[in-house]
Amino acid sequence: MTLPAYNFAYLDEQTKRMIRRAILKGIAIPGYQVPFASREMPMPYGWGTGGVQVTAAILGPDDVLKVIDQGADDTTNAVSIRAFFAKTANVATTTKTAEATIIQTRHRIPEERLQAHQTIVFQVPIPEPLRFLEPRETETRVMHGLEEYGLVHVKLYEDIAQHGHIATTYAYPVKVEGRYVMDPSPIPKFDNPKLDRSPALQLFGAGREKRIYALPPFTQVTSLDFEDHPFTVQTFSRPCALCNATGVYMDEVVTDDRGGRMFVCSDTDHCETRQLHGHTGPGLPQLGEHASTEQETTR
Amino acid sequence: MYVAVKGGEAAIEKAHRLLADRRRGDRSVPALSLEQIAGQLSLAVDRVMAEGSLYDPELAAMAVRQSRGDMIEAIFLIRAYRTTLPRFGATRPVETAAMRIERRVSATYKDIPGGQLLGPTFDYTHRLIDPEMAGDHPVEPGARRDVTEDAAYPRVTDILNGEGLIEPDIASDAEPGDLTRDPTGFPAGRDLRLQALARGDEGFLLSLGYSTQRGYGRTHPFVGEVRIGLVDLEIDLPELGFAVNIGAIRVTECQMVSQFKGGGEDGPRFTRGYGLVFGQSERKAMSMSLVDRALRADEFDENRAAPAQDEEFVLSHCDNVEATGFVEHLKLPHYVDFQAELDLLRMLRREHAADKTAETDRQEAAE
Repeated sequence: MTLPAYNFAYLDEQTKRMIRRAILKGIAIPGYQVPFASREMPMPYGWGTGGVQVTAAILGPDDVLKVIDQGADDTTNAVSIRAFFAKTANVATTTKTAEATIIQTRHRIPEERLQAHQTIVFQVPIPEPLRFLEPRETETRVMHGLEEYGLVHVKLYEDIAQHGHIATTYAYPVKVEGRYVMDPSPIPKFDNPKLDRSPALQLFGAGREKRIYALPPFTQVTSLDFEDHPFTVQTFSRPCALCNATGVYMDEVVTDDRGGRMFVCSDTDHCETRQLHGHTGPGLPQLGEHASTEQETTR
Repeated sequence: MYVAVKGGEAAIEKAHRLLADRRRGDRSVPALSLEQIAGQLSLAVDRVMAEGSLYDPELAAMAVRQSRGDMIEAIFLIRAYRTTLPRFGATRPVETAAMRIERRVSATYKDIPGGQLLGPTFDYTHRLIDPEMAGDHPVEPGARRDVTEDAAYPRVTDILNGEGLIEPDIASDAEPGDLTRDPTGFPAGRDLRLQALARGDEGFLLSLGYSTQRGYGRTHPFVGEVRIGLVDLEIDLPELGFAVNIGAIRVTECQMVSQFKGGGEDGPRFTRGYGLVFGQSERKAMSMSLVDRALRADEFDENRAAPAQDEEFVLSHCDNVEATGFVEHLKLPHYVDFQAELDLLRMLRREHAADKTAETDRQEAAE
């Protein structure tokens, strides 16, 4: 028996080339889901195997890697993936958005605007935006081919008919350059506007579903809506309790069992940077102060 | 306070340390050796090799040990290692007719050339927990049967085929696909289906196979034959210009003789369902052959309505490493998306309450 030995960034070079070909095809056809021969990775499916494969394929020795989950660098899975690349590729890692050349993320886009030299890699559980309307891959591929997207609009319309609002709050479908309807991964719809014309390269990897797709820099990305029900994003009525930030996405932290709530930045780097620059928030809520519900505004 | 909801490197490190501690268990008890696992829990090792799709009993035993006996976890360890291995080549198709038979039974004939050989089977044991299992009682060695040089064990399906009673094996010189190297598309074709089933979850295939017996895609199956034993592996070496034997592996093969179809040029005849699994696993091989046959519904113009007949459904969900990953990922933090849902729900409830108040006001005004 020979003991296992692994290549730079875990994957062998042939596999990386195969993944890079899929990425290049994805960049050439923005929003189109490119099938690729996803490998078993040493972390479970659903933990970001697609994102990890994309990152492994594009990572070079000089890259600086940031990994976030729910916007935070210190969530367990982000820690685990960052440690994986620190170990297998020996690359520099950072929690600072501005310092990273590659950012792998689950469920968020950093608040700080990404730059042209940066690549953001999204972990995607279900890449097919039509999947919950039509479970069959054979059908959905035809629908994409024929640009047959009526069903998505019917779903959004049914939301309005039933609830008075579009009831999709995350993984909100977008249209890319007027052609492909794309799943932006389960980011809150708050982050959807950041996808549009981003100077950074945006790559999406779905390991279990074996799909890669991409948004080249400055791609037009529009969230689906209706003229009389325009796309809106979440706004929070209170600033971050730690750094006083407004206009950012917040985590709601339960502080006691009597309705006490605290709202803090979901993007931990953004919050810490602001605190370093002297911003302080109101801190812990007063006892019995209840969570105020949020309103939506058009963006 | 706030930090408590976050993970952090130190917590992970300590969790892994505790895991290692629990895996090792009571230190006053000797640690399991790989020989013990491979030798005495060999069917567990076989399952890990089959669904991990890597034939290496020693590695599989390590995986079983590392996973504390969690089979899917062990399979996952093997898969994640296997995927990094370079491909040197492919063996010639194994000749199961030349298998060194350990067990071989047919349900379609009382006796067959070569005989029915029960081998190491649980089939006729009474499932009474044996008090001797609490200790280490001496066990008699198995009795050896005399094998003559010219002993032959023709496949039952070949016997049927000699009479033209069953469809022939579909011969093909086409290079079979490789689902670990190419993304699966649908329709996948039988080569990829059989690959997926061979490494598919035993429990999932068992239930699907069972469902065909209960009327969800009936195939009228008879076990033509189940055989377990060693088959030789041969690989063509271009430098030599001939095939070289590189060793033997234990496999279980099941040929299911199924629902005949009529008419056509060749007249009515039975159809086949096929199962082949690493190691000794009749349950898996039989389930696989049931599902394989059910998935061939289109070939025989059968009505395709049951889950076991649905290629996309079966192939998309039979892999337990994929399935367990996605199911268990639900325990990862999802609070960003949950927050988005909370916001919407609170708004809808606020509007609902306002509507109700307005309605009450209107009613009171009317009264």
